[in-house]
Amino acid sequence: MRAADHSWLSLASRWVLLLLLSALAVGLGYAVLCLSSQAPGLGERVAENIETSGVSNPVTAVLLNFRGYDTLLEMGVLLVALLGVWSLGSIPEQCESPPPGPVLNMLPRLLVPVLILVAGYLLWVGAYAPGGAFQAGSVLGAAGVLLLLAGWCPDVRLVGLPLRIVLAAGLGMFFTVGMVLILVGRQLLEYPPALAGTLILLIEAAATLSIGITLAALFLGGRPDKERLRRRFSH
Amino acid sequence: MVLQWGFDGMLVLALLWLAWRALRSPDLFTAIVLFIAFGLVMALAWVRLQAPDVALAEAAIGAGLTGALLLAALARLNDLDDRINDDQPMGTEKK
Amino acid sequence: MSHVFLYALAGVGLFTLGLYALIVHTHLLRNILAINVMGSGVFLVLVALAGRTPGASPDPVPHAMVITGIVVAISATALALALMLRVRAETGRARLPEEQLE
Repeated sequence: MRAADHSWLSLASRWVLLLLLSALAVGLGYAVLCLSSQAPGLGERVAENIETSGVSNPVTAVLLNFRGYDTLLEMGVLLVALLGVWSLGSIPEQCESPPPGPVLNMLPRLLVPVLILVAGYLLWVGAYAPGGAFQAGSVLGAAGVLLLLAGWCPDVRLVGLPLRIVLAAGLGMFFTVGMVLILVGRQLLEYPPALAGTLILLIEAAATLSIGITLAALFLGGRPDKERLRRRFSH
Repeated sequence: MVLQWGFDGMLVLALLWLAWRALRSPDLFTAIVLFIAFGLVMALAWVRLQAPDVALAEAAIGAGLTGALLLAALARLNDLDDRINDDQPMGTEKK
Repeated sequence: MSHVFLYALAGVGLFTLGLYALIVHTHLLRNILAINVMGSGVFLVLVALAGRTPGASPDPVPHAMVITGIVVAISATALALALMLRVRAETGRARLPEEQLE
């Protein structure tokens, strides 16, 4: 059952590795156990300020308001990863695959509308219950993956500029809101408490769309090639 | 109290066991499927740690989408003729 | 020892398991799996230690960090898989070139 994969390590060095890693594990475990069993952390600070944040779910408040800059940068990370994948090659032949079997034919028709509804619900409910932009965006991404698995190929007209606009919409909305707030005289992403809920919902909506499309595009694994798509639709 | 410890203990053992089997499986497809199962048990662990938002994100992204990505990549690897037992000696693999 | 420390130790165990598999395997897909397991271990430690609050609800800041971390992990995995497929297409095996010479 052993994979002979690690033949590059002789028996002796494998035992040395096991010893070193056990020492590392024991050290880390000891460091973890040395921590105090009660540590308030930042929970109290969040609870004090949550009325001014515009939402009542503390995790959403932290993600979109108190640490909104981190989320902005994270949208950037998603986009950069997609750029990296796109720069490595165009769409592999999966888009021109044989027609799917009966299960895969039926499943997207049933599931994709439900998934879109669930994504919308998670986006809305994230303000006061577990949910939010990332969860909703990942459900949308799953719907996209399901469509791609069933053999759906994006329309050639959608693949150029509209696709890029939707991909950049999350980061763009975040950035725009931040810039407008700076122009109005506040700090970057310092929402006025009266408008905070609306601004958060706006940013989350754009982010959900963006995250969903980015995840589906990451699954596709390559740059969309207009010539190939046009050729595929012409026969 | 004992029940809680029992449940937590079983969950932790399941996590470690699934991770171990996934990383040591000789067949890549089995490894990826076990990794998806690992992600789902992880989502249970998040719920147990009172982190429902993280559980939602892990179930959708960590288990579902990462699993789909890995399986798609494995399919493309196999298309390029890198067969399942990937420890063939050099020179005997057909290109 | 409350149950959060059990999960934190499990996280340390996962990290070490992943590190062992990362060092020992040469196939790139296995390395990607190992890195994901290591990341999950780190997230487990973070969220487990966030549950040490004296009140009823845990500290939400590590939760937010881990959600961010999960999304970053899948982005990195997608890019790593694309790179692995390119290495396979260019060199013929899904292993890094210097290890093939051994």
